[in-house]
Amino acid sequence: MRNTLSILVANEPGELSRIVGLFSARGYNIETISVGKTLEEGWSRCTIVTEGDDAVIDQILKQCIRLARVREAKSVTSLPHIEREMALIDVSARTPDNRSEIKNLVDIFRAKIVDITHDRLIIEASGNKEKVDRFIGLLEPFGMNEIVRTGYVAINTLGSAAARTMAGDSTS
Amino acid sequence: MTAFYDFRDMRDASTEILAPETVLPSEPENKQMRGAEILVRGLIRNGVDTIFGLPGGAVLHIYDELWRFRDEITHYLVRHEQGAVHAAEGYARATGKVGAAIVTSGPGATNAVTGIATAYMDSIPLVVITGQVPLPVIGTDAFQEVDTFGLTLPIVKHSYLVRDVRDLAAIIDEAFHIAATGKPGPVVIDVPKDITGIICDKPRKRFEPVLREDLFFPADEAILDMIADRLIEAERPIFYVGGGIVTSGAADELMKVVELLQAPVTPTLMGLGGFPTAHKLSLGMLGMHGTYAANMGVSEADLLVAVGVRFDDRVTGKLATFAPQAEIIHIDIDPSNIGKVKQPHISLVSDARSALERIAARLEARDAAELNAGKAKREPWWKKLKEWLDAVPFGCTYSATDINPQQVIEELHRLTNGNAIIVTDVGQHQMWAAQFYPFKRSRQWLTSGGLGTMGFGLPAAMGAQLACPDQTVVAVVGDGGFQMTNQEIITAIQYKIPMKVLIMNNGYLGMVRQWQEMFYDRAYSEVDLSVSPDFVKLAEAYGALGLRATTPGELTEVLQKGLAHDGVTIWDIVVTKEENVFPIIPAGQDTRNMILKSAE
Ligand SMILES: Cc1ncc(C[n+]2csc(CCOP(=O)(O)OP(=O)(O)O)c2C)c(N)n1
Repeated sequence: MRNTLSILVANEPGELSRIVGLFSARGYNIETISVGKTLEEGWSRCTIVTEGDDAVIDQILKQCIRLARVREAKSVTSLPHIEREMALIDVSARTPDNRSEIKNLVDIFRAKIVDITHDRLIIEASGNKEKVDRFIGLLEPFGMNEIVRTGYVAINTLGSAAARTMAGDSTS
Repeated sequence: MTAFYDFRDMRDASTEILAPETVLPSEPENKQMRGAEILVRGLIRNGVDTIFGLPGGAVLHIYDELWRFRDEITHYLVRHEQGAVHAAEGYARATGKVGAAIVTSGPGATNAVTGIATAYMDSIPLVVITGQVPLPVIGTDAFQEVDTFGLTLPIVKHSYLVRDVRDLAAIIDEAFHIAATGKPGPVVIDVPKDITGIICDKPRKRFEPVLREDLFFPADEAILDMIADRLIEAERPIFYVGGGIVTSGAADELMKVVELLQAPVTPTLMGLGGFPTAHKLSLGMLGMHGTYAANMGVSEADLLVAVGVRFDDRVTGKLATFAPQAEIIHIDIDPSNIGKVKQPHISLVSDARSALERIAARLEARDAAELNAGKAKREPWWKKLKEWLDAVPFGCTYSATDINPQQVIEELHRLTNGNAIIVTDVGQHQMWAAQFYPFKRSRQWLTSGGLGTMGFGLPAAMGAQLACPDQTVVAVVGDGGFQMTNQEIITAIQYKIPMKVLIMNNGYLGMVRQWQEMFYDRAYSEVDLSVSPDFVKLAEAYGALGLRATTPGELTEVLQKGLAHDGVTIWDIVVTKEENVFPIIPAGQDTRNMILKSAE
């Protein structure tokens, strides 16, 4: 089962490699990983998408929380949440027809054209996994030159956060 | 599964942590100090008076300060860095205090790695200072540069690469705190040489311990009542107790609980000493080379109370058939141990001592009638356990010509009145020591359980002897493992550390030979150690007392003489060459498939 984990870790050199090292040492796979600063200075939020049943996820979270510089480790997936990924897509557009077709798709998927040359477009797209995958699938026939994806970021929705606080939920 | 968390008394019971004051009276706030002095003062502030190490270029400034502070902190010069870390471990294992070691960059650090991993696997509190090349040249493949932080990442509880001298004092305080609290473990501080030379006028940080409330919150009273109920009701309970009892200093609390219940106890290899082996409630050791009674008991138990243990594969054998009928209560300080290999029915994240203390209080509050009814219910269980105990006792055959290894341990036990601190290496001798030396108290048995590090015994005994100068400390080692770290004999001689080293000389890498005999058709592939140095002459070359026994008739006198010697003794005890450790549960098998004796 695919699971999205959210880990609050000190923004210090080496701390991310400790988390990544823990995944490889214990034989867990990382599908995507993304890290960014949070509102609180010195703390980063690391979002990791991984595979595993409940017992595996529980074990990963407990292993993470054991690290001295991890303050919170939770699965976002178990509660209502919003997940997004961004992709930059370099796609061929050799004819005016191609170009307008692509423009159509871009509008439907609420993506954005961010650069253009006589035979290529660079498109910025974001959304959940299905949306980005589908969009890329539709662009494929035009000829892909390069795709760069950020990996996922995820956040629990307000409703679920409130429910959690009321239930006095723990990290596991 | 119900999980509850308990934060009470998170510290190792016998580890005293001094208040984290960045500035002490002896350190005027405005005094300018170079990094090396901050470091050494930091060690002293955290209670270090003994450190093991070996200098090199990257730690020269620190050694300069160690020289200046030599009245406050004694440095023991080992002959190999692995010895330094094992000695620090021995010191820590014997006392519960944080052990300290210092090594230089590059090869100094790589030599220390085995010791750090050994400490990590057994949750031993250590602070290891490693030198590093100066910050500006890190990453350039500078002379004696190695990525110590990266290299040790998976075998430390925490680690630092110091990047600013103003952080150094706080890092040291925090390192000692992290090493000793919660589940203890080794902490590495990698210190670039320039950091130790820079003058610092003011620290930038100050260490304040924080309670990890995300990890630990008070156990519900209800869960403790639930546990107490289960304990009283159980018809066939067994307490399976491990290193957590020793680490948290829970021996008295454990005793109280099981005496109230009259419940049987089986310690793991790491739990030996946490419950007296000879006590009437003791079934002896559990696991691969444990007693028949303990292993059968767990197979038939209806309640397994696992305290300070991690369901190691050397204990469980085949997981699916481990304690198949039992409801499992798991108490451990490390949340990740709960459910890691075996899912408990009730769990409590807590240090063993405070959990057992609270359980004891609950049991004491119950009606005597209720407790007695419970005890009566368990009488058939005890009958069965006694049958198993009598059916397969540990025993050895005595011969007129050869010294049996088990007999050596029995004799050592007799001559030391069961009071010696026994440190072992890894192999057959380790198991015989575990089986044939009944332990009375925690920290009397020091062994490398998790990593199984050959070469651990001798240097660890040196550290233990330093920590416990009034006790008899005996390293029981094999002729193989002895040769991995015997260079430290000279360290013991130099500092007059009167440890005793008993080489159980069977002319083989014995434990491997045993597996080859039993599971590989006696193909003795690369286990022959018949070409070895003359250990008595070797001892003498070092300036130690070397003694040899080759026949049973000589054994007692030779042991007595060595024990009476007021310095380092090395015994070469030539034992039966092809003796095997029994019982043995073949790796990964149902514990009931225990092999009790040789096939012939
Ligand atoms: C550093 C290291 N290398 C290899 C092993 C594998 N090993 C486990 S027991 C053993 C044999 C030990 O022989 P010896 O020290 O003579 O002790 P004995 O078993 O004969 O008592 C070996 C090689 C180990 N545990 N540690």
